[in-house]
Amino acid sequence: MFKGFEGGQLPAAFMSAGTSSFTEFVRAVSPELLPGHNPPQGGGAEHLTPDATTIVALTFPGGVLLAGDRRATQGNVIANRDMDKIFRTDEFSAVAIAGSAGIGIELARLYQVELEHYEKMEGRPLSLEGKANKLAQMVRGNLGMAMQGFVVVPVLVGYDEVTEEGRVFSYDAVGGRYEERRYHSVGSGSVFAKGSVKKLYRDDLTRTEAVKVALEALYDAADEDSATGGPDLHRKIFPLVDVITEDGHRRLPAEEVERLAVEVVEGRSEHPDGPTARLG
Amino acid sequence: MPFYVAPEQQMKDKADYARKGIARGRSAVVLQYEGGILLVADNVSRTLHKISELYDRIAFAAVGRYPEFENLRLMGVRFADVRGYQYDRRDVSGRQLANIYAQTLGTVFSESLKPWEVELVVAEVGDTSAEDEIYRITFDGSIVDEQRFVAVGGSAEQVSTALKDRFSPDATLGEALGTATRALARENGGDQGPEAANLEVAVLERKREHRKFRRIRGRRLASLLEEAAGAAGTASGGGTTTEDEADE
Repeated sequence: MFKGFEGGQLPAAFMSAGTSSFTEFVRAVSPELLPGHNPPQGGGAEHLTPDATTIVALTFPGGVLLAGDRRATQGNVIANRDMDKIFRTDEFSAVAIAGSAGIGIELARLYQVELEHYEKMEGRPLSLEGKANKLAQMVRGNLGMAMQGFVVVPVLVGYDEVTEEGRVFSYDAVGGRYEERRYHSVGSGSVFAKGSVKKLYRDDLTRTEAVKVALEALYDAADEDSATGGPDLHRKIFPLVDVITEDGHRRLPAEEVERLAVEVVEGRSEHPDGPTARLG
Repeated sequence: MPFYVAPEQQMKDKADYARKGIARGRSAVVLQYEGGILLVADNVSRTLHKISELYDRIAFAAVGRYPEFENLRLMGVRFADVRGYQYDRRDVSGRQLANIYAQTLGTVFSESLKPWEVELVVAEVGDTSAEDEIYRITFDGSIVDEQRFVAVGGSAEQVSTALKDRFSPDATLGEALGTATRALARENGGDQGPEAANLEVAVLERKREHRKFRRIRGRRLASLLEEAAGAAGTASGGGTTTEDEADE
């Protein structure tokens, strides 16, 4: 696995004071493991990996939640109907990806190791700002691939232990980092999901209400965007929802999401366009 | 002009040197309890750790010269993280890490003039207590698969004897901590364990999700120590006799 390892000894880099960054370390000892190590030649190769679609993130008092639909598409074909696009990255943060799935999953996996590696090497976790900046650098590192069509757009949510609130960070393909106020959405159905959240969001949402808002938004996205999957009652495939509060990260149990998703679907049988916002 | 020194003598000198170095520092103990594995070290520093997390289920405890075992710790974290990233998180094992440490220490011991003055423990918590693994790695690269508990450091033998007398795999965390601190006290020849401020304590909690390593400090440590002191008080009759026997 590493040069010289067969002889029973690890390369000297393993023992040097060196870096606390996992990516930098792997680049020095085994660069072939890193995503984007061997970028494709020529353009227009994006058809090689499916696209992950819609993600919704929103804050509520004392926390933040991240929800994603389950569909991945490849052109007009549904490539996967029960995909997991949300990744717990440490006790107080999670990342979701939209865009080229193959690249995005690898990026999220590397990012997760990166955070944990830093925490173990240094004996303390990165600040939430530090985590957000680190992800920006990694997205920027994928720019070459993005130019080939493999665009990955992540969303980072985290609970900030200093300010004691949930925060949401969005990114563009070149690694631009933007902090969002209250809510955000990315992916093919994001325009519709964001519009939906905008009309339902309040500053005093309880956690359960926030989950409901996210599920309504994903329903609206699936209603308007063919690449976003809605709740699938027959196959029992429902969106995934991760919640982060001062108690840490928690993925909501499938039964709870199912119950709330079924409520949303039943509500739509009476009002197909969903809840309406009050005027005035 | 270089003098001839017999290889046996050379190895013996190196071993004596390493043993003396390790004996200058304080000891550490690693033992099973009902909920996993407990690691306790006598450490005056709050920031220069002797006990650390290596991976999801695997912890590291060391005694001896800090810069030397810190290097080994960093190496272990890097090895484990690369392995887990390359394959899967379940593919990182305590046995691999113990082997890497043994090979590294063995090479240093035989090839360089100055051996490293360290002694390590690699502990991995399993799904059941029968699957727990505890390895002790010494300065010359020997590796020992320990059962249930282990002590490392200059006075490891005395500490080990004290551990053996009181060890119970079904002990609660508080009781196990009491056993560990009283065993560490034997190092100084007394009954008084290290002060709470000098205790570095961590656990590998079997039931915990994701990463099982957790440090215990502050108020939680204080309340566990109180619990341990209470347990020792009620069982003091039997406890003192076994200790007396051990002294003889």
